[in-house]
Amino acid sequence: MDTVPALLRIDALTKIHGAGCDACVALTGPQAGANVCPRCGSVVACADVSLEVQAGEIFGIVGESGSGKTTVLRCLYGDEAPTSGRAYLAPFDEGRADLFAASPQRRYYIRTHLLGMVYQSPALGLRMDFSSGANIAERLLVVGDRHFGRIRGRARALLERTEVPFARIDEPPRRFSGGMQQRVQIAKALANDPPVLLFDEVTTGLDVSVQARVLDLIRELRRRLRVAMIVVSHDLGVIRLLAQRTAVMKDGRIVEVGLTDQILEDPQRPYTQLLVSAQL
Amino acid sequence: MSVRELARDAASARGYNFAYLDEHSKREVRRRLLKAVAIPGHQVPFASRELPIARGWGTGGLQITLALIGPDDVLKVIDQGSDDSVNAVNLRALIARTTGVWTTSDARDATIIQTRHRVPETPMTAAQMLVLQVPDPEPLRHVESGETRRRRMHAEGDYSAIWVHLFEDVVRWGEVTAASGYPVRVHGRYVMDPTPIPRWDVPKLDRAETLYLFGAGREKRLYAVPPHTAVEPLEFDDLPFAVEDFGGARCRRCGSARSFLNASYDHETGERSYVCSDTDYCERCAATALLSGEAP
Repeated sequence: MDTVPALLRIDALTKIHGAGCDACVALTGPQAGANVCPRCGSVVACADVSLEVQAGEIFGIVGESGSGKTTVLRCLYGDEAPTSGRAYLAPFDEGRADLFAASPQRRYYIRTHLLGMVYQSPALGLRMDFSSGANIAERLLVVGDRHFGRIRGRARALLERTEVPFARIDEPPRRFSGGMQQRVQIAKALANDPPVLLFDEVTTGLDVSVQARVLDLIRELRRRLRVAMIVVSHDLGVIRLLAQRTAVMKDGRIVEVGLTDQILEDPQRPYTQLLVSAQL
Repeated sequence: MSVRELARDAASARGYNFAYLDEHSKREVRRRLLKAVAIPGHQVPFASRELPIARGWGTGGLQITLALIGPDDVLKVIDQGSDDSVNAVNLRALIARTTGVWTTSDARDATIIQTRHRVPETPMTAAQMLVLQVPDPEPLRHVESGETRRRRMHAEGDYSAIWVHLFEDVVRWGEVTAASGYPVRVHGRYVMDPTPIPRWDVPKLDRAETLYLFGAGREKRLYAVPPHTAVEPLEFDDLPFAVEDFGGARCRRCGSARSFLNASYDHETGERSYVCSDTDYCERCAATALLSGEAP
């Protein structure tokens, strides 16, 4: 068995939108085929989600739209407050303190120092009217770098690494193509070397050739930086390309988790079988 | 019965409480000020009262002064460095008539100085208080329009937006362009707008002897910098904060090269000359120069 303590551990994460009742979790999920509680009408975005991510690993979460995969990321990053559950991150209080119970100031520290998020929509992760350089600078300023020249040099290196032409460092992302905006967003998330990166449907909405370049970039980052990542996608192709281990979600629950190859080649659960056969 | 007691009785005979405000309103302001002093740089909401001057004309500072002033205080009111501007004259008259306190233009004699947009050039002491009138207390107003989000940013210590703003300023203009209201970090925690004082005055707030109190009447916020509190301008290591540089110019009246100067132009010749912004300081400098026989 795996005895190395995980870099990131999520225990029984549950997020319910609405008043909630005792029966919410029992009456929803894949067996009920719904995520809306029939008794009180609350939406169970995700329930009992537990997973572990090792250092340097890319962990995939796949599932249809509305299955709760983005909610897991948003709760982890602090965009939403979970209804219940705990999460532990090795670099935060040596993995002993629950992220979800941390004070707002400590949560802010976690999201700026320990996590990097790349949203599906670049507008959520970037300040569209500020220059690309300033967007990347933000992450460095937040962690206390106060040297203008050094920050600018780092922004230049990151744009180079993410293949954004350096000449456009002073232009706002609003003027960029979708693929380039996404690469600026990745450069920003990387800026202060967080130990965990979160990717939410990063290639959705991009054309196929641009998708390929973004995916290449993510693989390159993993190879070079050995940073752990959670990649959320509805696209099994993306998951196959990136993730070593994958969780399959449906109606707010994890229905299957394992090695990506195993899940794609030999799916055990009926839903996973359906998902895989529909894709191939 | 002293002259001041007579004046106080006269105020009450005209139908006002001492210092115009009723005692409950004063207590509200004092309580909020205690909290503001306890959390340096943090904006504390308070129940801002209607006053016989319009909001936006110094009502925040006025309420602080009225709540704190006692019969033995000596008052100075300045507006952009001058004791004689309309705003300063009217505020001073209102406070004097409703309290009977002595007023002065000499910064050394005053116990309470109420001011708009300047900190006096004369160093202040632990026995004095400076009350600043604040048009807009929120340093994040340029970077975040939502009040709820701004409160959250202060709570989390999330000042990334303001830093990015400064960074972008340097990218575009080669320097931080804020001419007044330069953002400062107080006691290593809250980012504060020091009101539209020039950069020149910002270092005077740092680890000072004096209690600084800030009141925004229209925005209903109070905040404070207690004595000996660190007030650091937000700056980059390689682009340190700098005060205004007058290129070695001197005041044409008193000859001082160590005060904040206003530029003015001669109508006939178009020639530029400078004069001290702080009129009280300028007068004393001029008197000293005259006594020592040096030409100004």
